[in-house]
Amino acid sequence: MKFGIIVFPGSNCDHDAYHVISKHVGQPVDFIWHRDTDLDSYDALIIPGGFSYGDYLRAGALARFSPVMESVKRFATTGGFVLGICNGFQILCEAGLLPGALIRNRDLHFICEHVFVRVETSDTPYTNELQSRSVLRIPIAHAEGNYVCDEVTLEQLQREARIVFRYCDRNGDVNAAANPNGSRDNIAGICSRERNVLGLMPHPERACEDLLGSSDGRDIFRSLAATVAPVA
Amino acid sequence: MKAKVYVSLKPGVLDPQGKAIHHSVELLGFTGISDVRQGKYFEIGLEDSANREEAREAVARMAREVLSNPIIEDYRVEIEG
Repeated sequence: MKFGIIVFPGSNCDHDAYHVISKHVGQPVDFIWHRDTDLDSYDALIIPGGFSYGDYLRAGALARFSPVMESVKRFATTGGFVLGICNGFQILCEAGLLPGALIRNRDLHFICEHVFVRVETSDTPYTNELQSRSVLRIPIAHAEGNYVCDEVTLEQLQREARIVFRYCDRNGDVNAAANPNGSRDNIAGICSRERNVLGLMPHPERACEDLLGSSDGRDIFRSLAATVAPVA
Repeated sequence: MKAKVYVSLKPGVLDPQGKAIHHSVELLGFTGISDVRQGKYFEIGLEDSANREEAREAVARMAREVLSNPIIEDYRVEIEG
């Protein structure tokens, strides 16, 4: 089983993701420069956080046109696992691999803090080692994390149980006060219809060691490893 | 020849920046402002030999596929010169 981490000009969480996969998941992992297009040897891809192309135009908008993205789309549509974290989530939305968009936070601030998210479904390759309704403490660090989508999309996401993480309080209660950025329906992460593509604003790769304040993010990567390992 | 592209948030999409600007403008003493919405404006230079209608179509495609995100934004194209 092999992981690939896509690196754009301006990605800055690529090394964190690399560290987690090699140290905590214990799997081989490569950096993939955004001009590369051969993804055949990978089982799972991570699009890491950062500020690809300086967030010019819209966050994630220009990364969509990098050469690697056509290959990522093919990889995703043929069932490959793609995890987009923060800027990675923004890129997946801009590329049309996930529905909706991420706009400026409700209160305009760049927010950098630990938040609580509730696992809404354990029926994804990324959460199958977690209990549905369990609460994770994971940091967010973004200015454009306010998830928006139209009514039809929201109903579809709800009906198909594709809302994977929602912002909540420490007791797991999803409410307005626990919504850091104004996201519709407190959405922190969603998956594709086939469930192989996940985008989330929180940074699980920054929450894999107690020394860093939380290790709740580990189970997300372990779930993915457990899913992929038998097939690979 | 020049193309002008205006990108604006769709009605109903929250615009926290517009709200902050609205507030600042009121602090300056301006009154009677019902709303401020922030958008983007692009100027695209075109070769003078370009066909006007083809240019309009090409710029509209740029606006749709790159300059705006159709989920949250609308666009308008003007060709000048």
